Amino acid sequence: MIDVAVIGGGPAGIAAALALRARGVARVAIIEREGSLGGVPRHCGHPPFGLREFGRIFTGPAYARRLAAKAEAAGVEILLRHSVLGLKPGGVLDVATPEGPRTVKALRVLLATGAREAPRSARLVGGARPLGVLNTGALQAYVHLQGLAPFARPVVVGTELVGLSALVTCRGHGIKPVAVVEAGNRATARWPLGLLPRLLGIPVHYNSQIAEIRGGARVESVLLRDGTVLACDGVLLTGQFLPEASLARLSHLVVDAGSGGPAIDQYGRCSDAAYFAAGNLLRPVETAGWSFREGAAIADYIADDLAGGLPSAEGGVEVIAGEGLKFVVPQRLTRVTQLRGLMQLRVNAPVRGHLRVRAGDEMLARQHISTRPERRVLLDMDGIKIPSEVSRIVVDIAP
Amino acid sequence: MFDVAVVGGGVVGCAVARRFTLQGARVVLLEKGADILSGASKGNSAILHTGFDAPPGSLELACMQAGYTEYLEIRERLRLPLLESGAIVCAWSEEELAKLPGILAQAHGNGVAAAWMVTPGEILAREPNLSACMLGGVLVPGEHLIDPWSAPLAYVLQALANGAEVRRDTEVTGGVFAAGAWRLETSTGPVACGTVINCAGLFGDTLEALLTGAADFTIKPRKGQFVVFDKAAARLLRSIILPVPTERTKGIVVTPTVFGNVLVGPTAEEQDSRTDAGTDEATLRMLAEKGTEILPGLAGMGITAIYAGIRPATERKEYRVRQAPGYIALGGIRSTGLTAALGLAQHAWGLYAGAQQPVANPIWPQVPVLAEHGARDWQSPGYGEVICHCEMTTSREIEAALRGPLPAGDYGGLKRRTRAGMGRCQGFYCNARLAELSAGCFAAPLAVGGAHD
Repeated sequence: MIDVAVIGGGPAGIAAALALRARGVARVAIIEREGSLGGVPRHCGHPPFGLREFGRIFTGPAYARRLAAKAEAAGVEILLRHSVLGLKPGGVLDVATPEGPRTVKALRVLLATGAREAPRSARLVGGARPLGVLNTGALQAYVHLQGLAPFARPVVVGTELVGLSALVTCRGHGIKPVAVVEAGNRATARWPLGLLPRLLGIPVHYNSQIAEIRGGARVESVLLRDGTVLACDGVLLTGQFLPEASLARLSHLVVDAGSGGPAIDQYGRCSDAAYFAAGNLLRPVETAGWSFREGAAIADYIADDLAGGLPSAEGGVEVIAGEGLKFVVPQRLTRVTQLRGLMQLRVNAPVRGHLRVRAGDEMLARQHISTRPERRVLLDMDGIKIPSEVSRIVVDIAP
Repeated sequence: MFDVAVVGGGVVGCAVARRFTLQGARVVLLEKGADILSGASKGNSAILHTGFDAPPGSLELACMQAGYTEYLEIRERLRLPLLESGAIVCAWSEEELAKLPGILAQAHGNGVAAAWMVTPGEILAREPNLSACMLGGVLVPGEHLIDPWSAPLAYVLQALANGAEVRRDTEVTGGVFAAGAWRLETSTGPVACGTVINCAGLFGDTLEALLTGAADFTIKPRKGQFVVFDKAAARLLRSIILPVPTERTKGIVVTPTVFGNVLVGPTAEEQDSRTDAGTDEATLRMLAEKGTEILPGLAGMGITAIYAGIRPATERKEYRVRQAPGYIALGGIRSTGLTAALGLAQHAWGLYAGAQQPVANPIWPQVPVLAEHGARDWQSPGYGEVICHCEMTTSREIEAALRGPLPAGDYGGLKRRTRAGMGRCQGFYCNARLAELSAGCFAAPLAVGGAHD
């Protein structure tokens, strides 16, 4: 029997495994479907990674190697090329391995399967289906892991941080983006990073979307909604991250439609108390450093739980994402005398007003808010008192 | 010198090549695409139909039923999947409800005895996640689901194993029939044969005009767009949910697939282009909404894939099968081709009336198991590594698909043979690995070159 099985060997999963070992948990295993640990940073060939974790700046691959070495040194069991295919009640996992299928049982399971970008299909981008339509993750794997280029002159869609990072990746590997297409009226990434395309001499089409991808075997052009045709040999779809929550969706666990990830309480505990979740699986999308700290924090709760120190999840309080909010994590609060920690939220549209936490008509917390949909919003739960008769609270935005 | 040149490597051409080869004819299959299934056959709804709603007394019905029977006979030897899902024709309005008795009578008249009326309560007992707005239905348990790509692949592999030849990237550019034999001009050189079987699908009429001077029929391409929902949706639905058909089309179907997804489509859009299988956002959104109306649990489910197929409809509704000296046309095989292909092949053999001796002990090659309910490759040890995590495609499967008697000719062919890249992430994780593994295999490679440092 394994004490804790961590599914996913990226920053959150490795941080959790390290923290569990540091707390003296004996058998901690990371189950990773790829051939090496590290997760997404493995193919992010650029800094800055690792500043908070290691006090130094690394490129993604170097950071991934460092994490992997730490896990090994800490005595974590590392099961590579092991694909978890099913989550069963109570911490029983169906796992595919190159030696044949097996079942893994663990006292607790931490889901840390990360996030990925929305593919073309999920964005409903119409037109023909030629080669050369990719996400940034795939582009990075082409250039950093395989030494290949999937296109030479792509149109890049999106101006989230990852889109700008994609421009840098392209420029560093002889790929020349012909244009950036952004649905909004300004860059999503914060100033001054949004200036990057202009600095690189790449035209940006704001308020613009691809109506149609054209081409035969390979992309030949894209038609924008305003009628502009851009000749190109690829389309790079960046950002619009989605939690990689397929395992949870296919299982008995409750999945939150707003965040796209499993519903958790303030300890990262899922609807089945044998399961916890951490990292970008919880919500799109945070940095590797954030995921690392979150993995470690939730691992601490798992260690507490194994020692009998977590309050029962019975009779918890539902947290509803109300008006103006896309999601609130955690989605459930276990009743305790003193709430601690942070609520993570995202808004639906640019907003300036007040963020409220209410139980019926009673205002539990209220703070000023001015933010945009892609930005991190945090609410400190310290001091929030939930009346004992209340079974749900609503978080929303008011003027 | 071949007895027969089958022109077109769609599902019909593959089935015809198999039938004629097994009957002892020397067969060459000519396909202008880089791989088989490059045209109409790559996009369909993957249903094995009973023919319950086919035109009574038609050749289409006869071929569908013969094809259905033969598929069930041969599928285990070729290791082809069958998901015995059953179908329910659901009426969502009084007007549609009034048509159900006629549909049932037609089913019985077509020899599909296993078909009966079901009440909303019975439908919901079978499909509890369906919208409760339906007013009634006709249940046809014999409607099944199959793998639309492995089936034709198995047919053509059996033809190959028993002596047929397949030439891909080979377009017929002309031909002369003289003294009982053809000399076909193709993009890869001349081909001599006794009979041409026109299985050219969307180009059936142009091929006929090219070879015989004039075409007896005109292809009217009809595009159908589809939306594929994530595997998490599969547990919402067991049966194929068919609409009450209109005069023009079978309408939008909501169906599970053997790969464990839920498929919604097709549309029926007349267009001039025979190659433009483009999708558009408004239609895809409409399909997703339509699917969600019928199966409300689809709300919030991820969309795994979007695609369109083009059906080779003609100016008339029926199949356009005709024979002339040295020539058989199997034209206008619109939307029932996957079911009817084996039956059409039998029919074509009947028209050909060859005197060859059938192959005594034919070889039965087996295709990889890609259906979710089957024993997938990853379940057997020694598969190497999983390359496509969404569809659990192994490196052993990829390597096999890139080798063998009919290796994948392009990325689409690799996807159809292995499922790689067809899952929810659409290649986010595996595309670069596939580029590496398939390097040198395709005329249209995934990578355009090396990445400069």
